[in-house]
Amino acid sequence: MAIHWTKYSAPSAFYPMAGRSLPWLAAGTLLLTAVGVYMGLFSAPTDYKQGEAYRIMFIHVPAAWMSMWLYIVMAAYAGLGLVYNTRMAHMLAAATAPTGAIFAFLALWTGAFWGRPMWGAWWVWDARLTSELILFFLYLGVMALRAAIDDRQRADRASALLALVGVVNVPIIYFSVKWWNTLHQGATIDFSGSKMDRSMLWPMLILTVAFWLYSFVTIFLRARCEILERERHAEWVGELLDNRG
Amino acid sequence: MFAVTGMVRRDVILAMRRRADVLTTLFFFVIVAALFPLGIGPEMATLRIMGPGVLWVAALLASMLSLGRMFAADYADGTLEQMLVLPQPLSLLVLGKVVAHWLGSGLPLVLLSPVLGLQYGLAPDVLKVLVISLLLGTPVLSLIGAIGAALTLGLRGGGVLVALLVLPLYVPVLIFGAGAVEAHSSGLGGEGHLSLLGAFLLMALALSPWAAATALRISLD
Repeated sequence: MAIHWTKYSAPSAFYPMAGRSLPWLAAGTLLLTAVGVYMGLFSAPTDYKQGEAYRIMFIHVPAAWMSMWLYIVMAAYAGLGLVYNTRMAHMLAAATAPTGAIFAFLALWTGAFWGRPMWGAWWVWDARLTSELILFFLYLGVMALRAAIDDRQRADRASALLALVGVVNVPIIYFSVKWWNTLHQGATIDFSGSKMDRSMLWPMLILTVAFWLYSFVTIFLRARCEILERERHAEWVGELLDNRG
Repeated sequence: MFAVTGMVRRDVILAMRRRADVLTTLFFFVIVAALFPLGIGPEMATLRIMGPGVLWVAALLASMLSLGRMFAADYADGTLEQMLVLPQPLSLLVLGKVVAHWLGSGLPLVLLSPVLGLQYGLAPDVLKVLVISLLLGTPVLSLIGAIGAALTLGLRGGGVLVALLVLPLYVPVLIFGAGAVEAHSSGLGGEGHLSLLGAFLLMALALSPWAAATALRISLD
């Protein structure tokens, strides 16, 4: 079956598609979160070194992954929007930023709760913490710039350019902070495999998928709002609202 | 090439006619550097450790505060729109404006920094590394800042907004700038840090005039 992806670059096609998929995505989010949290809290064994507190990472690690991934997603939409000047790409970039910022904040927040029993401090100036904090600021910058510009087209394009400048800088910031100071434990999972036990790995992966679905839900919801706001003078929006009564 | 030098000359002449602006940035730098010992306490041993970092942060803030001047006057009187339609590439004109901005805000800071370094009890060889690191780092600040200045052109609350946009991007420069001085005074040698600063400078020189020119086109569209 051939799927015409470009079809959904039209807001009039995207809106109903997002609406139809939302219940499924939301159900998947709830189900996987419940399963992942249950496995993380009850079926995963206690860590011999870190005790029970390590269970925070079932939330912490997926949130950190998603915060980085969503920045790339946002920058990709920003790039598409700048190059092809498609409205939908800009709307999706705008819809992605708040979710990414929330995940960055969640990663910092849970990291603080994990750091307290492990390192004995709520906050340390460690490389990954610091670069996550800067990533959070980059999200805030993109959102603040968009909010400060009244002209919608300029807001779209300006924040898109800033997102692209940010994505060039993220690796530079990450490595500078890394050479500056490192205390965080090294990555346990990389592309060559995992040093983690299966029973601990599964809840983390399930929760990652759950967070990923959650991102879809919030981004689709926000994008649908944007579409209605921006396209309110379009004929199909009028028909849609008339049908609703 | 003439596009760059012509723009540098024009902006430097304009800056010299409004000398107070340049001096304000410079005094801001001096005052911030003077406030830290008052807040921390006058022990020379502490100040010697904090000095490079404090001076670098002060330079960062001073350079950021003067970003508003880069395009604002030309935007207000319409000159900027004329520059957009010139046959010369806009990125070269932007590069000229950035160089002029650095001559008016970065270079004075570099020249003044040894004096402030003395107040923090830094040794002469440490001062030398500080000056070199600032000499390599402050142009990067102007280059990155140009993107932020171009994006926030004519916005309400632009000054505060530009801080939020630009300061996170300044982090690597701060780390390696202050790091070079610290590495030197701890005996590790600051050459590695300085080389990385030089690499940042080259990369920013290649990319940021182009990005700032795109931002200007977006802002003036």
